[in-house]
Amino acid sequence: MAEIRIPTVLRPHVGGAASVHADGATVREVFDALSADYPSLRDHLISDEGTLHRFVNVYRNDDDVRYLDQLDTTVAPTDVISVLPAVAGGF
Amino acid sequence: MARYDSVLDLIGNTPLVSLAPLTASDPSTAGVALWAKLEGQNPGGSVKDRIAKRMIEAAEADGTLAPGATVLEPSSGNTGIGLAIVCRLRGYPLRIVLPQNVSPERRQLLEAFGVDIVDSPGDEGSNGAIRLAEELAAKAEADGEPVVLLHQYRNAANPAAHYETTGPEILADCPEIDAFVAGLGTSGTLMGVGRYLKEHKPGVRVIAVEPPAGEQIQALRSLDDGYVPPIFDPDLLDRKSIVRPLESIEWTRRLAEDCGIFAGLSSGAAVAGAMRVATEMGTGTVVTLLPDAGWKYLSTGAWTEDLDVVVERAQRIIYF
Repeated sequence: MAEIRIPTVLRPHVGGAASVHADGATVREVFDALSADYPSLRDHLISDEGTLHRFVNVYRNDDDVRYLDQLDTTVAPTDVISVLPAVAGGF
Repeated sequence: MARYDSVLDLIGNTPLVSLAPLTASDPSTAGVALWAKLEGQNPGGSVKDRIAKRMIEAAEADGTLAPGATVLEPSSGNTGIGLAIVCRLRGYPLRIVLPQNVSPERRQLLEAFGVDIVDSPGDEGSNGAIRLAEELAAKAEADGEPVVLLHQYRNAANPAAHYETTGPEILADCPEIDAFVAGLGTSGTLMGVGRYLKEHKPGVRVIAVEPPAGEQIQALRSLDDGYVPPIFDPDLLDRKSIVRPLESIEWTRRLAEDCGIFAGLSSGAAVAGAMRVATEMGTGTVVTLLPDAGWKYLSTGAWTEDLDVVVERAQRIIYF
């Protein structure tokens, strides 16, 4: 099972957990499995068009999946998926 | 050339220095030439001098900014310091909206130039500084005050500065470049340099590294409070990855210890990303950009104190 790290702003949707686990061969499958366990989480990850939410960045082991295969990015059981809000950088 | 009419003439034309001591230390990177562009050599001590000068010149040229006006900008420090120098020389009062959780040295430098500092809540990060600056600009407009918000996150002069200077300098000094790695803040560096390199040397890969900033902003109420800079064009990047504080600090230390380069913490993040890319490439040439020097981070203890203590401290300040 892959580990999914949940940002503070979304933790109320997963019972307050900082990380959860879910099965799936792709990011999409992992998110589908997560949504089955935590239904209110889905709208915060996936847009109505079925793509990643505009203000969410998702990383597979620190690589942004938008530059891999988006939601079809493969996931291994040992991978860590980090979900982070898109915020302004410094400077 | 050693005589200049103005300190502003010293902005840009920064050196590329080999990071061979780092790449040579590991067989997986020994075949890669890694070069670092030392932006700490700019007069204000960071890459942001370039955009400060360019944004003021653009605002003057289009008539937005004229004598008598106050310049307003949200900044976690470096853009503010660059603007402080330019505004001093051009005669504009400067008001910087500064998150409370920047390193004290950044605040001290702004104070040294007599900048009017407006604090924004630290727990809102740079998002909070942008929000407050926009509110102040709207209020000034309603009150008829001559205040000009430059807004580096949406100002085309930000990437233009890098398209016109940083990018050409890199390609001239390193025509064999295969990949460019830099930190993603406002995205100005990556957008300007990335566009220039892709237009003039197709095939160059442009790679962004970023801190896990979204983990640190406690005041985010919902994802809709998020922010993507309007100048950011995701199609210009080939890859984007996170570098966490521990790795940033470890590579900041390696820069000092192995290369004699005293750089800021975001430089460590850029080198961490560049070394990942070098490992994957095996052979070729990578250029990375070190945004500033280490002076403004001495209070973090990054080079001398226990690593765990420094990491914990770095997580509480904006260092990127």
